Amino acid sequence: MALAKRIIPCLDVTAGRVVKGTNFIDLRDAGDPVEIARRYDEQGADEVTFLDITASSDQRDIILHIIEACAAQVFIPLTVGGGVRVVADVRRLLNAGADKVSMNTSAVDNPDLVAEASAKVGNQCIVVAIDAKQVAPGQWEVFTHGGRKRTGLDVVLWARRVQQLGAGEILLTSMDRDGTKNGFDLPLTRAVSEAVDIPVIASGGVGNLQHLADGVTEGRADAVLAASIFHFGEYTVRQAKEFMRERGIEVRL
Amino acid sequence: MGSAPASIAVIDYGMGNLRSVWQALVHVADDREVVVTSDPAVVAAAGRVVFPGQGAMPDCMRELEARGLRSAVLDAAKNKPFLGICIGLQMLFEHSEEGDVPGLGVFAGSVRHFPAEKMLASEGDRLKVPHMGWNEVAQAQAHPLWKGIADKARFYFVHSYCVDPIDRNCIVGMTDYGIPFTSAVARDNIFAIQCHPEKSAQAGLALLANFIGWKP
Repeated sequence: MALAKRIIPCLDVTAGRVVKGTNFIDLRDAGDPVEIARRYDEQGADEVTFLDITASSDQRDIILHIIEACAAQVFIPLTVGGGVRVVADVRRLLNAGADKVSMNTSAVDNPDLVAEASAKVGNQCIVVAIDAKQVAPGQWEVFTHGGRKRTGLDVVLWARRVQQLGAGEILLTSMDRDGTKNGFDLPLTRAVSEAVDIPVIASGGVGNLQHLADGVTEGRADAVLAASIFHFGEYTVRQAKEFMRERGIEVRL
Repeated sequence: MGSAPASIAVIDYGMGNLRSVWQALVHVADDREVVVTSDPAVVAAAGRVVFPGQGAMPDCMRELEARGLRSAVLDAAKNKPFLGICIGLQMLFEHSEEGDVPGLGVFAGSVRHFPAEKMLASEGDRLKVPHMGWNEVAQAQAHPLWKGIADKARFYFVHSYCVDPIDRNCIVGMTDYGIPFTSAVARDNIFAIQCHPEKSAQAGLALLANFIGWKP
């Protein structure tokens, strides 16, 4: 009997629609984030993460309506990231029904935002997302702006710093692996997970179920996040959990 | 809304987001009214009271006092179906290590941090604190709020402190995380739980529905 490792499907949303849609059969609207979140809940997802990649600021409030609708129907934790710049943004998302808010570029630009938000709403609500690229063997640098801008920050040191600032969790994405389907960057995941006391969510590169299991066993991640393998119906969340349980990993089934 | 007494009052003392609790209760409440309130009179008039909480217990206690809700909570805990959630469980105890503050003293005992030296998994891995995620609740005693919920069902937890009751007879739920800790207590009209039923999918909704139908 132990804490379950979590499986977290991630939805990229822009202007209220899920990017790329999904291949769920019998889904009335493949681009509707609420309907997709419900489907994941039914499959046994432990949480759902929305990443709002809406470019134009006048469409930013759309995500709030999505969160409101989702929170009325899906009773598992919801995390929302994207476009969070000030504490008021955190509050708006939480008030709409998000349980955790994730910040990335804004945390690097303004570390006080993490501290201030954590002090106001509690560290259990604050996730810092870190986009990492390998720069030398066993060394990774933090990138921002969707991986376009390097920061000069060492990933492990930054992870420790955000913990001190008040992050309750780290969402760690390997930019090298993201979209490759070659599996997580396991040395990166392990280095960060062992460097901090807060939970680490591994992200970037999942192509099959073995990759999810590896993230937990070799990467020592507390949770694993994936998008495309679930969206396109290759695997259900339930299949992923059954696979992990067969390999001795505690999951909620 | 009207002037009829609220059937279920969720106590709002300005700490954290109560929308999730409200939403989940509405989902299982059929046509009963669920209100989020910081008005002691509304709490007093309600048929049932939910006492949630998140963040740090010292802040929660301070805000509860500042809003004049202390006696409303204590009164409700004496005479009507009362559900404490997370910090709303912890505040029912006498004292917390977190900020070294007194609680409401409804249950004898204290609130302690997970002991750092015990935070080891079976393979020697460190266990992270906060305890965040889905863990099993073993039903230490039968209780109407467990109706239809499997023993050792998983619920969603987020916390760094746990309660340590002096009277072990009040323990209705136990969970393991480095140590076995008390995850639910009950006595007479009170049931209080460390995890978040509002975020615990079917098991959590079942518990909330059981609370709404509970006649202690």
